[in-house]
Amino acid sequence: MPLDLVVNVTIAGVLTGMVYGLMALGLSVIFGVVRVVNFAHGEMMTIAMYAAVSLFAAFQLDPFLAAIPVAAGFFVLGYLLQAGLINPFITRPEHSQFMLMVAVAIIMVNGMLIAFGPDARNVQIAYQLESWEIGKILLDKPRVYAALMAAATSAALFLFFKLSLTGKAIRACADNHLGALVVGLNVKHLYALTFGLGAACVAVAGCMMILFLDVTPSLGPSYTLLAFIIVIVGGLGSLTGALLGGVLIGLSEALAGLFIQPSAKSMFCYGLLILVLLFRPQGLLGKKS
Amino acid sequence: MKQKVLLLVLFAVLLIFPKVVNPYLLSVGTLILYLAYTGQAWNVMMGFAGQLSLGHSLYVGVGAYAAAAIFVHYGIGPWAGVWLAIAVCVAIGAAIGFLAFRFGISGVYFALLTIAFAEFTRIGFDHLNWTGGSGGLFLKVAQRDQIDLANFRGPPEMYYYSILILVFAALVLCNYLLKSKAGYYWQAIRENEEAAQALGINTFRWKMLAVVISSAMTAVSGVFFAFYYNNLFPEQIFHISRSIEIILAPIIGGVGTLFGPILGAVVLTVLSDSITELLAYFGWEIPGIKQVFYGIVLLLVIMFLPHGIWPPLARKLGLAK
Repeated sequence: MPLDLVVNVTIAGVLTGMVYGLMALGLSVIFGVVRVVNFAHGEMMTIAMYAAVSLFAAFQLDPFLAAIPVAAGFFVLGYLLQAGLINPFITRPEHSQFMLMVAVAIIMVNGMLIAFGPDARNVQIAYQLESWEIGKILLDKPRVYAALMAAATSAALFLFFKLSLTGKAIRACADNHLGALVVGLNVKHLYALTFGLGAACVAVAGCMMILFLDVTPSLGPSYTLLAFIIVIVGGLGSLTGALLGGVLIGLSEALAGLFIQPSAKSMFCYGLLILVLLFRPQGLLGKKS
Repeated sequence: MKQKVLLLVLFAVLLIFPKVVNPYLLSVGTLILYLAYTGQAWNVMMGFAGQLSLGHSLYVGVGAYAAAAIFVHYGIGPWAGVWLAIAVCVAIGAAIGFLAFRFGISGVYFALLTIAFAEFTRIGFDHLNWTGGSGGLFLKVAQRDQIDLANFRGPPEMYYYSILILVFAALVLCNYLLKSKAGYYWQAIRENEEAAQALGINTFRWKMLAVVISSAMTAVSGVFFAFYYNNLFPEQIFHISRSIEIILAPIIGGVGTLFGPILGAVVLTVLSDSITELLAYFGWEIPGIKQVFYGIVLLLVIMFLPHGIWPPLARKLGLAK
């Protein structure tokens, strides 16, 4: 196997992995703070992909620019979803929360089926197939831009949690729910804010994914599972872990597709997930609870 | 007393059901009973012992494939096949349970582990040529006019009555389990595992028992599935949506109750079919619209009846103890 092919596939895997990481970051933030597993995560990403497709069809809006209004819209929707539906379920048992998110996911998938039909959609931007050549190494422009966008969004989220007062308050909720209530934090509002932020992450990721992947209404569940694998491998609730997990999974998917049967590549991911769950359930970068 | 009379009436109705309905309603009835039985099997693990499995399609699929594969390849009928299915599923269930409980995995992590094993197996079966891979495994379609009990081939009524017997047997078994020592230990573990352990309950052993019983029961429903539908595809039988389908009935009906899975299966199937009928009546046959309504009803039930439909209904009917 030629070495330059391996290098090119590796680079593409890492760059796609950055976008995976951003998607999983949304899930990780929501779980880390709200402690609810968002089983509609992949479906939310699918909606963002359709939003990017629609904005492109209507205004020729580049998905990189479309990411801003889509993320803003998702932030509001995420806030409302948490405030309206999920907050009352915070104290309910896990299977109850799971059913709630499954119902939300069913409505989302079929809502998209009604709105957009079952056919695959995509976006064709002018520089879709352009790339930079460095020797034998090819860098796809859309992939590089998407990875940079994912890195920038993640960095912004990190800074928000590290520096802003609201970010610190959200971290306080995550560390100690009761303590946060005692010091007078508006926990329900902060939870809704967190869900909004997670939704905004997945919105940006969706706008990037549309450059590599055709969207259909039924795409959601497999990406929900992919996001789980990534956050578990990286560590549920750990932000850097989610990014690392994304890159790892993106890379291993790309290499598994190259060296073994492409259709068996996700088997490798699930195998990795089982091993991590058994031997390091807190994930590679997670803290022991 | 009242409970027993109601139960007798219910089973009398179920017994004469195939004699008075058309073939379509008979297939709906069979589906309801299949979902009720499988939901009851899942309920042993989650409802009784509190271990949330989101990968029960694994046991349905492996059970179905085990019995179907030896039938197709060696002509060995399901009466032997069901034991193979049970043995394989119990082995898998015990292995997953052992790993998970030894490593102290519970709650969300346990649920995700069960999904991971189901998906892993699905992709594995996609590449297993012995069982037809992703192209599927097909059983010879049965002669519908005569009953061949030895090979479990026959008319739809035969399948209806056999799954009815399974539902009844599962009900009796679960009723016994709940009142046995195991049942009380499970409920203690479900409510508070640490407290149960502090009382001297070997939580590992009893959780293992729940997984083993649940996977054995689910294996039987897999065998039924294989011989009733006659075709198996990994993409369908192991898919996460199949696992969700299994757990919907007991959750909507009432987790941990005996009649919850049965009531839930009836409500969900009737709901789904009546939405189809209503939409057809109004001429709104847009793909996806039925599932949106289904999702909304699901959402409303889970929001307003957190314990499912059966507990409040039982109180209304004066059946609650």
